Amino acid sequence: MAKSSSVAPESRVYRWLDERLGISEIVELAGKKRVPEHKHSFWYYWGGITLFFFLVMCVTGVLLLVYYRPGDGAYESVRLITYDIKFGWLVRSIHSWSANLMVAAAFVHMFSAFFMKAYRRPREFLWFTGIGLLSLSMLFGFSGYLLPMDELAYFATKVGLAIPATIPVVGPWIADLARGGPEVGAYTVSRFFALHVVVLPAMFVPLLGIHLALVQKHGMSIPESEQAKPEKARKSIPFFPNFAMKDMAVWLIALNVLGFLAAVYPWQLGPAADSLMPAPMDIHPEWYFMSSFQILKWFGNWFPGALGEFLGIAVFNVGVLLWAIVPFFDPEKRSGVWGRRVTWFGIFVVFVILLTTIWGYAVLPAGK
Amino acid sequence: MSDDTNRQAAPDDPERRDVLKFAAAGALGAVYAGLVGYPVYKYLASPIEKAAAETVVTEMVVEGGAALPKNAALMFKFGAKPAMLIHHEDGSYSALSAVCTHLGCTASYEPDQKRIFCACHGGVYDALTGANVSGPPPKPLTAFKVQVTDGKIVVRRA
Repeated sequence: MAKSSSVAPESRVYRWLDERLGISEIVELAGKKRVPEHKHSFWYYWGGITLFFFLVMCVTGVLLLVYYRPGDGAYESVRLITYDIKFGWLVRSIHSWSANLMVAAAFVHMFSAFFMKAYRRPREFLWFTGIGLLSLSMLFGFSGYLLPMDELAYFATKVGLAIPATIPVVGPWIADLARGGPEVGAYTVSRFFALHVVVLPAMFVPLLGIHLALVQKHGMSIPESEQAKPEKARKSIPFFPNFAMKDMAVWLIALNVLGFLAAVYPWQLGPAADSLMPAPMDIHPEWYFMSSFQILKWFGNWFPGALGEFLGIAVFNVGVLLWAIVPFFDPEKRSGVWGRRVTWFGIFVVFVILLTTIWGYAVLPAGK
Repeated sequence: MSDDTNRQAAPDDPERRDVLKFAAAGALGAVYAGLVGYPVYKYLASPIEKAAAETVVTEMVVEGGAALPKNAALMFKFGAKPAMLIHHEDGSYSALSAVCTHLGCTASYEPDQKRIFCACHGGVYDALTGANVSGPPPKPLTAFKVQVTDGKIVVRRA
């Protein structure tokens, strides 16, 4: 025993705590846990990166909550945060950038899990909870986007809520309920606020807990190329401290990227929303809604009228549903015909998303 | 353990390298904690600094002070804190801080008893000078200078 600190295994404090909290079981478990290492290990970090940005948003979200006021004073309070409160611009900028980077990291995480076939038996619920988390993240993004109540926020929400309004029969009812009236206004801000800071976190956090617990239960998924190797030829590193240290290093990189973007490209606040102002020429949704926005626009052009919008939404939703239930098509460890089909489906989806997103930005009229 | 204390750590001693590693990690951690902590602190402290800047006010005109009837008081904000202007029966004015020196409640003028009373714990002050008369207050209320110029009441920090 070279050193004896107050928490060394033999110390009385440690024994006292261990008897009550079972620390040694956790330490033993952490000591045994290993993370596979191979040429695709790079993708293992993306879930952690997503988690990091989520944690940053929890912290900056609470900070924004200190000064933000929903309802009629929303724009004024964000103006105060952005221009008056010291470092308010930075806190807001970090919150917004972190939101975008989190969605981006979640997409990378999802596609890497998809192509490495990490959704296969018995990991189906990792895939399902992941899809749930991404959907909630996008709702976080959509609801948070309105809160500053500037011009862009106002029109993005107006257009965004016009989409569910085209669903036959129940659509207008859903849209009215979300808006809290026929128009986007102070009531909409208040209910989006409640959604953003209470309802969505209350759903997100337990789902995230399940997702993380399942990762612990099943361990890291290994790609087929690794599974093909005999057990002895596979390499792995201890989770603690090796992988944990690498994870922290990646978090540090993420923090630096975030700090750089937030400080050098601070998030702007446009003019206050005015329901009598015409929409700005370059109005468009956040980049992660751009693909669906463009697909809906296409269908609208091909089939004019309500039919086009309905078809667009229908095709889009069927696509999302197929994506969500992909573990049922490709459940087995060894890739068969369905394994290859699902891979091609994934390549097709990536292609469509990239194409429609680039297209969406390309056809934007030149704005400011 | 005892033989350990006598040992001289060689430069390539793994233990010494560990210490250096921890020191470097600690220093880096401290830098990041500062980089994150400073903006967060300034952000949260913003209203405090603003209020502090407001208390720098040393002189102000009390709106509506000239219209105040005799044996009556007018509450106003002097800087960030509440204060009161009292118009006495003899036509003179006094301006006092309204913050009770006991536990910081806002005290008020009672015209029928011609005294300043704090309802929280029953502190009583003299209406003319702000001197603590009875009850728990340990100190008199801060008194300000009052000047009547061109029909305007100007209050000044003494």
